[in-house]
Amino acid sequence: MRIGVTIFPGSNCDRDALYGVERMGAEAVELWHADANLKGVDAVIVPGGFSYGDYLRPGAIARFAKVMAPLEEFAKDGGPVLGVCNGFQVLTEAHLLPGALLRNTHMRFVCDRVRVRVEATDTPWTSGCDPGEELTLPVAHNEGNYFADPDTLEQLEDEGRVVLRYLRNPNGSANDIAGVCSEGRNVVGIMPHPERVSDPALGSDEGLRILRSVLVGAGV
Amino acid sequence: MGRAPNFLELSLFSVMWSEHCGYKNSRPLLGRFPNQGARVVQGPGENAGVVEVGDGWALAFKMESHNHPSAVEPYEGAATGVGGIIRDILAMGARPVALFDSLRFGPLDEERSRYLFREVVCGIGGYGNAVGVPTVGGEVEFASAYSGNPLVNAMCVGLIRTEDLVRSSATGEGNLVVLLGSKTGRDGIHGATFASDELTEESESRRSNVQVGDPFCEKMLIECCLKLLDEGLLVSLQDLGAAGITSSASEMAAKGGVGIEIETDKVPLRESGMEPTEVMISESQERMLAVVEPEKADEVLRLAERYELVGTVVGRVAGHGDLRVIHQGEVVGSVPAEHLADAPVYERDIVRPWYLDAVRELDLGELPEPEDYNAVLLKMLGHPNLRSRRPIFTQYDHQVGTDTVVLPGADAAVMRIKDTKLGFAATTDGRGRHCYLDPRGGGAATVAEAYRNLSCVGAEPVAVTDCLNFGSPEKPDGYYQLAECIEGMSEACEVFGTPVVSGNVSLYNETDRGAIYPTPTVGMVGFLGDVDRHATPAFKREGDMVVVIGKIPSLAGEPGPSEGDLLAGSEYLEIIHGKVAGLPRRSNLLAEKEVADLVRELVSSGLVDTAHDISGGGEAVALAEMAIDGGIGFDYDGEVEIGELRREMRADVVLFGETNPDFIVAVPRERWDDLQDALAGFAYDLIGTTGGDRFRIGDLIEVKLSYLEEEYERDLFEQYAPEGGHIG
Repeated sequence: MRIGVTIFPGSNCDRDALYGVERMGAEAVELWHADANLKGVDAVIVPGGFSYGDYLRPGAIARFAKVMAPLEEFAKDGGPVLGVCNGFQVLTEAHLLPGALLRNTHMRFVCDRVRVRVEATDTPWTSGCDPGEELTLPVAHNEGNYFADPDTLEQLEDEGRVVLRYLRNPNGSANDIAGVCSEGRNVVGIMPHPERVSDPALGSDEGLRILRSVLVGAGV
Repeated sequence: MGRAPNFLELSLFSVMWSEHCGYKNSRPLLGRFPNQGARVVQGPGENAGVVEVGDGWALAFKMESHNHPSAVEPYEGAATGVGGIIRDILAMGARPVALFDSLRFGPLDEERSRYLFREVVCGIGGYGNAVGVPTVGGEVEFASAYSGNPLVNAMCVGLIRTEDLVRSSATGEGNLVVLLGSKTGRDGIHGATFASDELTEESESRRSNVQVGDPFCEKMLIECCLKLLDEGLLVSLQDLGAAGITSSASEMAAKGGVGIEIETDKVPLRESGMEPTEVMISESQERMLAVVEPEKADEVLRLAERYELVGTVVGRVAGHGDLRVIHQGEVVGSVPAEHLADAPVYERDIVRPWYLDAVRELDLGELPEPEDYNAVLLKMLGHPNLRSRRPIFTQYDHQVGTDTVVLPGADAAVMRIKDTKLGFAATTDGRGRHCYLDPRGGGAATVAEAYRNLSCVGAEPVAVTDCLNFGSPEKPDGYYQLAECIEGMSEACEVFGTPVVSGNVSLYNETDRGAIYPTPTVGMVGFLGDVDRHATPAFKREGDMVVVIGKIPSLAGEPGPSEGDLLAGSEYLEIIHGKVAGLPRRSNLLAEKEVADLVRELVSSGLVDTAHDISGGGEAVALAEMAIDGGIGFDYDGEVEIGELRREMRADVVLFGETNPDFIVAVPRERWDDLQDALAGFAYDLIGTTGGDRFRIGDLIEVKLSYLEEEYERDLFEQYAPEGGHIG
């Protein structure tokens, strides 16, 4: 399986995401922000960082990058897309996912490891997890406070589109939401960084439970 | 020069001959530092020191101060301090992989200190988080000596293949000089001279001397420069820091024995109407200067554009040996580069200050022994100098890069080198109060503490960078402290075999309230042959045997230290008795090295995974930290196998004395015999066992672990969470 990782100016988890793809046993493909196609990849990860310096709003400028047009097509055709941290922010700005990510309520950047529960296993990025499985994953963000209007929140809950939920909320997110998926369930955005725990040398490879799901789903 | 310099030329001398750039007061003393060693690839004189760690890998590392900018504009001051040190590492061709910060502020009950602390931490995070280099360690202390003159020292460690090292000397007449990165503006003009003056009321008005950082641009600059080097497109590379183009170009020229011509009207400007002088000394951030062969220039500029950077040919290498400034085709200034790089040297007399006699008086008889040691321990753990640093390091991205093996909060950060078994560890340490009471002993103790911290995680210490933060060298006290600290540090570095391969000097750290504590900060790096074999302080299991190793005086066959020697300059004396006094015992460095090396062996052999050194707060605080970190209680049975030394002393000396450089390790019961074998010939005490939810030391202390934790984890930013704050 070939998995693309988009690289915007200011992405800083791109190398980590490429490494994570290697760890999960897939082929990593760099997708430069100015590329006009996705090089025929089977899935795409939009990594974390500070694309375009987070100027204006996190993700607000990246969504207009050239690579986003084929990415949006890919997503609409049901291709698996995972946005991590800044990648989640980019996907909400691009309206591939509902809601927005506001500043953490305590107004501080938070870098920590948090417990999350897998709430939905019928997405390409969680299909390898057990329902209700708990994972310890790193977070590192300034704007991870998930926000959506009450109707949208209700809809997300009703349709089982909350993918990950914090056991202890680190940023003030509505309904303790750590990740959501699109209506078609193929686009997933999460604040925690699975690629940062993809190697036992770093104390844990629980992140591979998420990343490898896309292989499981594809029957690889 | 044979003539009077014009205004532009004078400006060049003004910035280059500042203490910050020219080291005119400190140079004669800096020669004392040992700088040779088997692993040293690059000693002082380049942008950073470089040491070999094995398998062809080397570490480039350096520490630098940004004290004065941070005193008047803390967010940008700290942010650009981080940016500057990253570019020093980048200039060696290394990928920056770890950041550290050593900070000092006034007490947190002062509003100004709280503001500076909060904003400096925000600035470090704002820059470091965005630039994508993990901030994995550091330290902070609070004392009134730093009120109004905080210390912000940043260290960066970079990773490089030894054969890929680049140097900064310009060569090849006719080669082009390319400026990469941001446009040049008026920010930071005369930052170097500002940094070399005392802080006064007026300093507030010098905010414009402080540069403004753009971590987004820096991130692109890192990727671009590494790409350019990878493609073999550069002859040499230099960062632009203090004194801007002037400093970089004249140093590159002087090192290469050539001249450099800069056309100031070619430099892309952020604002109009800038004079050639301003262009030459602007300290605008996120810029690098490269020497490029003419035929490769187009490719360099093309790659710069790909990374959304401004890349411009601004000059050329010339045979004349001058730094020559050209504006609209006319030479407006021309100075021999080697003159600029060769500031005059001031030799001063070293005079012992009178204050040393007064502060050393310490009569323990006057200090009542506490009745309630539970309360004392809780108070100490809750003091800002000893409290958990979690509220700080959770604001820094310490995991980006997927190489952080030991997260912040341990004795040293441990990083791995991907695709190898190798790892490296690094720490920053400073002991201002100790250096104030005894500059020479404190200087040595600072190095020793770094050595111990690396040993605790299982790393073999290799080399040192330092940042010498002192008051004015023009005053006898300041100069004496500087000279004596350097002597003490040098002695320790010689004994430990850890040469000083890079460093920085920050003098004139004074306000109208006086000078700071003399605070040399030491950054030390070490390597691990097998990164999986490391230790952290946290208790790992219930039922582990806890052992104190050390008691160096008896080991060396010397008379034991007095009680006063052990408590002198301690956190306990200051926090509980409000005293900064005494002459802290000077340790036997050779014996100390032996014990530290033993502890490292215990860890690297895989026998021990739990180790911690006893420093600030003494043995009781060290044990409490291990228990809190691990979430496992501790029972210290003071009657079992406690050595003679311990029984004869006042309880507060045993619990909180901190100048006896011992270590604490914990092992499962089944490894106890192996540990005893390994400890043969060394002094040690079995002091207790891990387990339960209480923390007990004989009949002196018994507290629920959760109470200790509550005090220890109290938020350092409490009651003053940032309102608004900064995006980033």
